[in-house]
Amino acid sequence: MPPKRVDPLQFLTSATVAIVAGKGGVGKTTVTAVLARAAIRRGLRVLVIELDGKATLGRLLPDATVLQLSATAALAEYLDTHGLSRVTKRLASTGIIDVVATASPGIDDIVVLGKIKQLEQSGNHDLIVVDGPAAGHAITFLLAAKSLLTSVRGGPVHTQAVDVAAMLADPARCQVVLVTLPETTPINEAVETAYALEDRVGVHLTPIVVNGVDAGPALQPEAAPAGSPMALAGEFRVARRQLHEAACCDLGDMLGLPQLILPNVPGSLLDAASVEHLADEWNPA
Amino acid sequence: MNTLRHHLATAEVLVCCGSGGVGKTTIAAALGLQAARLGRRAVVVTIDPAKRLADALGVPGGLGNDPLRLDVEGPGELWALMLDTATTFDGLVRANAADDEQAERILANGFYRNVAGGLSGTQEYMAAERLHALHLDDRFDLVIVDTPPTRNALDFLDAPGTISKFIDHPLFKLLMMPTRRGLKVLNIATQPLLRTIGRVVGGDVLADAVAFFQAFAGMETGFRARAEAVTTLLQSDITRFVLVASPREDTIEEASYFAGRLHEAGLEVGAVVVNRCTPSFGEPPATRPRAADKAALYDNLVELNVNAATERKQAAALLTTTGVPKGVRTTWVPTLPGDVHTMQALATIRDLLFG
Repeated sequence: MPPKRVDPLQFLTSATVAIVAGKGGVGKTTVTAVLARAAIRRGLRVLVIELDGKATLGRLLPDATVLQLSATAALAEYLDTHGLSRVTKRLASTGIIDVVATASPGIDDIVVLGKIKQLEQSGNHDLIVVDGPAAGHAITFLLAAKSLLTSVRGGPVHTQAVDVAAMLADPARCQVVLVTLPETTPINEAVETAYALEDRVGVHLTPIVVNGVDAGPALQPEAAPAGSPMALAGEFRVARRQLHEAACCDLGDMLGLPQLILPNVPGSLLDAASVEHLADEWNPA
Repeated sequence: MNTLRHHLATAEVLVCCGSGGVGKTTIAAALGLQAARLGRRAVVVTIDPAKRLADALGVPGGLGNDPLRLDVEGPGELWALMLDTATTFDGLVRANAADDEQAERILANGFYRNVAGGLSGTQEYMAAERLHALHLDDRFDLVIVDTPPTRNALDFLDAPGTISKFIDHPLFKLLMMPTRRGLKVLNIATQPLLRTIGRVVGGDVLADAVAFFQAFAGMETGFRARAEAVTTLLQSDITRFVLVASPREDTIEEASYFAGRLHEAGLEVGAVVVNRCTPSFGEPPATRPRAADKAALYDNLVELNVNAATERKQAAALLTTTGVPKGVRTTWVPTLPGDVHTMQALATIRDLLFG
């Protein structure tokens, strides 16, 4: 069954926070940049949040507001603002902050999510796009609120978890943008992640983004002499396109979500210009 | 001789590192296939093999924590296993505990379960631990490790590894007061700092952490000796490192990070594999055909050639900035038309690697 396709702009305004998630290498950062670019073109006040500290988004979106959030820094800031300023420095310098994070898995995630919630509540942004953690981690990252609600019964962490859980459960405030590639393994992983996010985390999913799709005019390799460069290149292209199309159809069958497509960018480099070019797919300038 | 062929014939440990999505596990498996063909008894340690790869290896039920022999072309052998971090860590605790009681006390501890199950660095350390054990295993003469797709993948190079994070940890030292009769464990209630942490994260959680460090007392010597043995193996010349990337900037940046990491540890990159390249199929005819169907094929060939050449040029330029020495050979592996989900496809990758 051919998958449902949607108007990309439709979901840009449906929630304030969009967390972009997917396995390593599927192009989360690309999708974050394109999403932000399309929203900026629409005149929205956009904040981009980068979690893994790689600092590539500033280069891809030269005119956007990009904020780097690190778990360690957020945890220190959190302790600081919760009456622990005197010990925070000592906690950080002795490495005990690692122990706090290990003793209470998810506490670092909850402070990061808490920070995102605080930015969402500030009302200064129409859209906050978060370049999220890898798929496996995305589930634990977003589950942090739920697990801490049961393991920590009171105190500031509990309050924070309650607030974050409320944000995640409300589709008007927060949604997750899953990213995948049009190949069997990434598709299967995306389907598993989608179910885990919906069932275990209870977060709402936007249309799923299929990145790097090769599409183009029909080719008839048999029109060229068998084994000639033209025939071989044609056969290769046809096979890749069939693989991509089949993967999108399988994804549609396994997951009822509508799909958004981003084409493959030739070459090795991704820059601000290629982000602009990709954003044309979703929201022509 | 910095070629894959040379490393496969002479190394006893091959470590494949690179970012996620570059087909690192596939490359590790293809190296294993070639090793078996060279008559070696190889075992591939993977972290999280995709189901399709398990299918390709002929183990549709998936891999387990124990090595499984695969049905491959000889005269050598190929085995594979999937690393189970928690089980490996449990085994290490049992081996180093003074008695069963101490082992059980640690294994049942909540903080330990968090450390064993998910703490960043643990998986990397356990991969190193496992490769050391497999290196000593008489069944194998080559261990091929597919590292986790994270930047911490090479953290085990820092002697004596992640485990020192715990045994040299300030909290551990804070809790252990030297006394005349040995180490004495301090009471949480007497430590203002710990009381404060307890108020934030909850008292139970902290009590678990403290209990873990208490139970761990006495085991640090064994752990440290083991970690040092692992590091010695990784730093010896029977271990070689293969960087795997795709022709995309972000994956080459990751490769560059790993190269720097190895260099810091006084080690060098053995070989580079750039996987999933746009293939080229030879030169187009001198003139563009007039018939529409042939013209479309001509355009397609020209487009692929241009893309392949641009990609190759850009990727090669990026590779020169990685700090990988010039003498290290890069092997370019083209994207296959289909998914790698059969042994035949895996053998094709092997042949593309070894020509």
